[in-house]
Amino acid sequence: MPTAIFGSLEAGALYALMALGVYLSFRILDFPDLTVDGSFVTGGAVAAVMIVNGQDPFFATLVAIATGFIAGCFTGLLHTKGKINALLSGILMMIALYSINLRIMGKSNVSLLSEETVITKLSDFWKGIGMDDAIQSVISTIGIGFIPKTWAVLIFMVLLAFAVKFLLDWFLKTELGLALRATGNNETMVRSFSVDTDFYKIFGLGLSNALVAFSGALVAQYNGFSDVGMGIGMIVIGLASVIIGEAVFGAKNIIRATAAVIGGAILYRIIVTMALRVEFLETGDMKLITALIVICALVLPKVIDRQREKQRKRKRLKAMSKASAEGRGQNLAAAKTDL
Amino acid sequence: MLREGGKTLLQLKQIYKVFNEGTPDEKVAINQINLNLEKGDFVTVIGSNGAGKSTVMSVISGKLNPDLGTVNIDGKNVTDMAEHKRSAYVGRVFQDPMAGTAPEMTIEENLAIAYSRMKRRGFSLGVNRKRRDFFKEKLETLHLGLENRLQAKVGLLSGGERQALSLLMATFTEPKILLLDEHTAALDPSRAELVTELTKEIVQRYGLTTLMVTHNMQQALELGNRLIMMDQGQIIFEADPKAKQALTVDKLLEEFQSIRGEKMNSDRAMLI
Repeated sequence: MPTAIFGSLEAGALYALMALGVYLSFRILDFPDLTVDGSFVTGGAVAAVMIVNGQDPFFATLVAIATGFIAGCFTGLLHTKGKINALLSGILMMIALYSINLRIMGKSNVSLLSEETVITKLSDFWKGIGMDDAIQSVISTIGIGFIPKTWAVLIFMVLLAFAVKFLLDWFLKTELGLALRATGNNETMVRSFSVDTDFYKIFGLGLSNALVAFSGALVAQYNGFSDVGMGIGMIVIGLASVIIGEAVFGAKNIIRATAAVIGGAILYRIIVTMALRVEFLETGDMKLITALIVICALVLPKVIDRQREKQRKRKRLKAMSKASAEGRGQNLAAAKTDL
Repeated sequence: MLREGGKTLLQLKQIYKVFNEGTPDEKVAINQINLNLEKGDFVTVIGSNGAGKSTVMSVISGKLNPDLGTVNIDGKNVTDMAEHKRSAYVGRVFQDPMAGTAPEMTIEENLAIAYSRMKRRGFSLGVNRKRRDFFKEKLETLHLGLENRLQAKVGLLSGGERQALSLLMATFTEPKILLLDEHTAALDPSRAELVTELTKEIVQRYGLTTLMVTHNMQQALELGNRLIMMDQGQIIFEADPKAKQALTVDKLLEEFQSIRGEKMNSDRAMLI
């Protein structure tokens, strides 16, 4: 059990980057971008193929990010210049990317098991400076007997997710970022302040898919393979992370919301891990579970709100009827003394 | 005002615009309109529904392209310039109080977007201390206490407050042309009065060249130095600064009747 939870924490941190990308398109740009299912794989495919061909894994990951950016820009172009409906441009790009991803990999699956990846490099570096032993000795003194293979992945990936979060927070406060947010919030207004909304949509979708591809590249290296089907349902997982995060941690402002999205991504992985431990559920049920989680995260807060509203009303009604009863009592008493 | 010797800031030449051309719904929205605004001119535009007032505004702002004719701003032909580029010169306040501001963003962030109108947006922070002080100073001129709520989301403001903020955002960068499209029509009377007062104040302070569409004849007479009346896509009556001072609502209605030979049928135009 602890190993499974630890694994889900690691995976959650990796998928957090993808969730941040989805947050950018879905919440900031108000654009339901389905490109994600394709660009996630593109990131994995580009990184995997480059690593297998002997490129440096860090460089390969950078190229993967750039490819994701281009993919997102194409979706934006279809939508803004081609005047294609937002959902449809995403779907078109997603399906086009499926073939492109197959072309990049040359087959449906590329193994990275014997390759040097970002993950192995970081783990080796970590072990080299003896950090695992240090952490382990601290933890065992608290009395936790659990020993993971390495702490490197979890710590580096959480740090990375937060580094990206802070970068995003900062960017969304710059003049460019403000224009991007306003593009998603009120297009008429922002156009009247000389903002080229087409440019910002294209750029924003590029940025979003760059993050998604980044996540895909890291997930492929973490899992030890890149597969053409690994992006199926990714948009829903991203949405699940965003919605769960917002529901649990709140989204009062951008800084809070981006943190919530990272939390949501990790929480989502934990929920899935727990769900899969239920006896009659199989791995194939994952997507069904994901869908159920999203539905719950969407419906439950509303039900709870309505329940609270009802309670408040009932309370107010009681207070009012009590007050009026007292008032009448006083009047009655006053009338009696008059007699 | 600055009429004599003033330079022409806005020039509409032979503007013609048809909607749904070649269909049974074909409608000539603007029929050969010529209009010149000199620096500091404040022109109010009245007319019944469908007279083409809003279409003229859209043609000036670049939201619509005219079928024929040219639009010049400060001597530059902007007829084919994209809307977002043109908005570097043209400030706009819309009828809908929700249209001019971004509800999910704070007051200061909204102001920052307006502040960057004329410049290239870059990686510097949208709101820094210096700008915040500047925004505060500008907000104080609205007398609504918004200067103390810089970090409040604009969606929390009332319609009147949002419209006042929109007006400030459209004007404090001193655009060459200010377009007001019935910007008080959706507000309740007291709020409308407030925004009208603010409009008067702001336009005077910056000496903005302004075109204001209104359904309210009283407002059209009260504000501005010139007045034009539109009907069926044409300018049917024009009052220069001298003539406008002598105008009354009754005279305007008479004028309309004598030109068109029919009673002004729009009920909204009768809202005096």
